[in-house]
Amino acid sequence: MTDQSTDRNTEREVGRSRLRKEDARLVTGQTNWTDNISVTGLLHIAFLRSPMAHARIERVDVSPALERPGVVAAFSGRDLAEGLGSLPCAWPVTEDIVMPDHPPVAVDEVRHAGDPVAVVVARDRYAAADALEAVEVDYEPLEPVLDLEAALAEDAPLVHADKGTNRSYVWPLKTGEDYETVKRRADVVVTRRFHQQRLIANAMEPRAVVVTPLAASGEYTVYSATQVPHILRIMLATVTGIPEQKLRVVAPDVGGGFGSKLQVYGEEAVALEVARRLGRPVKWTESRSEGYLATHHGRGMIQDIEVAATGEGRLLGLKVELLADMGAYLMLVTPGIPILGAFMYPAIYKMDAYDFTCTGVFTTKTPTDAYRGAGRPEATFAIERIMDELAAELGLDPLEVRRRNWIRHEEFPYDSIAGLTYDSGNYEAATEKALALFGYDDLRAEQQKRNERGDTVRLGIGVSTYTEMCGLAPSRVLRDLRYAAGGWEAASIRMLPTGKVEVVTGTSPHGQGHVTSWSQIAADVLGVPFEDIEVVHGDTRAAPQGMDTYGSRSLVVGGSAVHHAAEKVVEKARKVAAHLLEANENDLDFTDGVFTVKGSPEARRTIQEIAFETFTSHDVPDGMEPTINAEHLLNPENFSYPHGTHLCAVEVDTETGQIRIRSYVCVDDVGRVINPVIVEGQVHGGLAQGIAQALYEEAVYDDEGNLVTGTMADYLVPVAGDLPEFVTERTETPATSNPLGVKGVGEAGTIASTPAVVGAVVDALRPLGVNDVTMPCTPERVWRAVRSAKEASA
Amino acid sequence: MTRISVKVDGTAYEDEVEPRLLLVHYLRDRLGLTGTPVGCDTSSCGACTVELDGTSVKSCSVLAVQADGGEVTTVQGLARDGEWTPLQRAFHEQHALQCGYCTPGMIMAARDLLRENPDPDADEVREALEGNMCRCTGYQNIVRAVLAAAAASEEVTA
Ligand code: FES
Ligand code: FES
Repeated sequence: MTDQSTDRNTEREVGRSRLRKEDARLVTGQTNWTDNISVTGLLHIAFLRSPMAHARIERVDVSPALERPGVVAAFSGRDLAEGLGSLPCAWPVTEDIVMPDHPPVAVDEVRHAGDPVAVVVARDRYAAADALEAVEVDYEPLEPVLDLEAALAEDAPLVHADKGTNRSYVWPLKTGEDYETVKRRADVVVTRRFHQQRLIANAMEPRAVVVTPLAASGEYTVYSATQVPHILRIMLATVTGIPEQKLRVVAPDVGGGFGSKLQVYGEEAVALEVARRLGRPVKWTESRSEGYLATHHGRGMIQDIEVAATGEGRLLGLKVELLADMGAYLMLVTPGIPILGAFMYPAIYKMDAYDFTCTGVFTTKTPTDAYRGAGRPEATFAIERIMDELAAELGLDPLEVRRRNWIRHEEFPYDSIAGLTYDSGNYEAATEKALALFGYDDLRAEQQKRNERGDTVRLGIGVSTYTEMCGLAPSRVLRDLRYAAGGWEAASIRMLPTGKVEVVTGTSPHGQGHVTSWSQIAADVLGVPFEDIEVVHGDTRAAPQGMDTYGSRSLVVGGSAVHHAAEKVVEKARKVAAHLLEANENDLDFTDGVFTVKGSPEARRTIQEIAFETFTSHDVPDGMEPTINAEHLLNPENFSYPHGTHLCAVEVDTETGQIRIRSYVCVDDVGRVINPVIVEGQVHGGLAQGIAQALYEEAVYDDEGNLVTGTMADYLVPVAGDLPEFVTERTETPATSNPLGVKGVGEAGTIASTPAVVGAVVDALRPLGVNDVTMPCTPERVWRAVRSAKEASA
Repeated sequence: MTRISVKVDGTAYEDEVEPRLLLVHYLRDRLGLTGTPVGCDTSSCGACTVELDGTSVKSCSVLAVQADGGEVTTVQGLARDGEWTPLQRAFHEQHALQCGYCTPGMIMAARDLLRENPDPDADEVREALEGNMCRCTGYQNIVRAVLAAAAASEEVTA
């Protein structure tokens, strides 16, 4: 039967640029997006959403909607509250955190524009949308809470009146020496305030959910455009009271996530509840503008940052005070996002004191939560920008200041002041390589010339030497951070009778190419052809255990779990091979999927043959279970720490404020690379998102709390013409805490690029007296910065 | 209700539709041709791009009734006997897709470009794709793919 297996290829798979197995379906339109799912009797759900940022709900009457054609049911928040609990927050970062109730549909009060107030269920999506108009709601407007600082004032209007405060939590981290003491020793102190504007993830596939009930057994299948089917299953069981084992959650093809689908959304809970009440399958698909209001936003922080340093530019201390906008409610990991960042402000630098405080603040805006990089881009931005400012203060080259402070190659493993152990890294090598590719000295010379000539178009160079923490996360660290789940990942390998292989992973990809990369990992360990391997994911029936995909954890934790599971398969197969070949286990060689007896190479069995032998189990070793399948759950010991150097050159027209990225070079060290093509693609996409934060994107609210950038026509997602060609290279310093030596790559580009681009813009304008431009650096903002610098110097 | 007759990916259909039904919903919900996805409600993202009578249109900004008597090609109608078009191959070979949600629209829009300009440079490709958003790839590989497809074939629209 093993004849069906593809020809053996003895080339190593890991490190090879494999084209993706995923693509065939996608380029031909044979896709399984959640919104594609249709079943007999399907009903469509539509949500009526609050047009106001903050209001008391005086009355909701859904009955007129029931008169509309095609409408089957309609519910107010109060109707639904009978079956539905509060939406979960799994990260109560402090013991005394304020955690307000979060009903999936508002009951007494709406707290952000887009907060749902009623639900209509109809036979088609047009009818459902139409019938929303008939629902009657009386609102008593309340004062919106929009400004983070004003929200903390004594007499501020309250987002959650019953809590008596808009302060959700205060989370401090003080390590090393006392900051104030260290500061007294300093020759220079540089202080800045940076704004991390709110961003909208804009995964191209809108969120969608379909629930199909099996009436007889009380079981439900929930299809959702989610990054986290396993987490969703647990949480939906909690919110609805439906036993977990009666819920199957499937994430079919998922069209991007970037953190926005790392969530347990009210719409998912409502769809399940409506399916339960009506005993009918239901679907909800968000429209893009609806998503802008209802899908969590990212970032949203005010950062006050200060560095104290010697006259030579050696860092002594770092102080960070953060106001983090939670929005109206705490979603799944809302409070934890800035805390992740807390560990990253010290970045790649050595210092004596670190003093961090984050205050989580409620506002009447869409809740915030994970967005690509989640806490780490914000931290990296602030530290890299202030390193630039320190350099400017001291009249040093920004790279020189970094060099004087960074951890040197021979100092790894290194315990960062924030308490992380960086296992490996080589900042020198990545920087040298980047500088050469970029032509740093030439560009500096050109910049100088332009400055001397007083050109209206200035050249600016931005530098970002970053590190990040991936591989979320060692479970005991999560315990210390009060995160209510583990950070392990599951993999199992099913050796099918035909010799084909199913790799079952607990990760849940949405564009990252896990099927291809996991096949490569398993192929090398098992010695089975790449083509013979299929990867099963994103279905809690088929892949019952897992912690899903976010935070660049999948490869580091999930990919490593695949590696270990494959090793276990080989060990089991070795026992069977020894039995069949009548040899001692220790006398067997295993190469390219074939067991041979040392010294007599004609005595051989392939691992695929052994899969068949154990299937029949006619002749397996006594006492051995008749299988060579294996499972591995990996609980990581440490994070992994990708790093790199990004360099950006921009041309800034000082008269129009127009910015053009002239070149972008990055050298990332993501450890061992499984598939270079996929890694490069991830870097490109990450860069696009980081550059977008620097130059284009912002969720803007007006004074009433309406989202002004409420559609894709108003919110500037960059298109092809807005972005440059990237030069992406790598150095490879393997991680030491996982068997593959991998570090993770999904967020690197985003984390590193924002400060590089903004740094370049500021660098271009510094001779004109500008030392900051608020993000996004729009032409208008640039123009204003230039003008006010001129006025200040006049 | 209005009666329309339309040919989609080579198959002729006769249907009664509401005058307000969008072409994209007609394709997806009525014909089950779900290869063309919806990404926005403002005709901004290009995910829903198809060909109507030989030019690319955003099918979320066209009513099904406007396609009456016309011929529509979606991404599902491109491959012939399992043989992909040069653009489909190039998207695969250049890793020009990650989640793939934007891909049908990108491919359909790129066909339009290559019909008019069979030998574009990178800037022309970037410009031609201004109505199509991709959130995953940063566009670089999409540009590479379109250039590769142009190089691979004079007969891209075959
Ligand atoms: S769905 Fe048609 S352009 Fe976005
Ligand atoms: S590949 Fe995901 S949106 Fe383009």
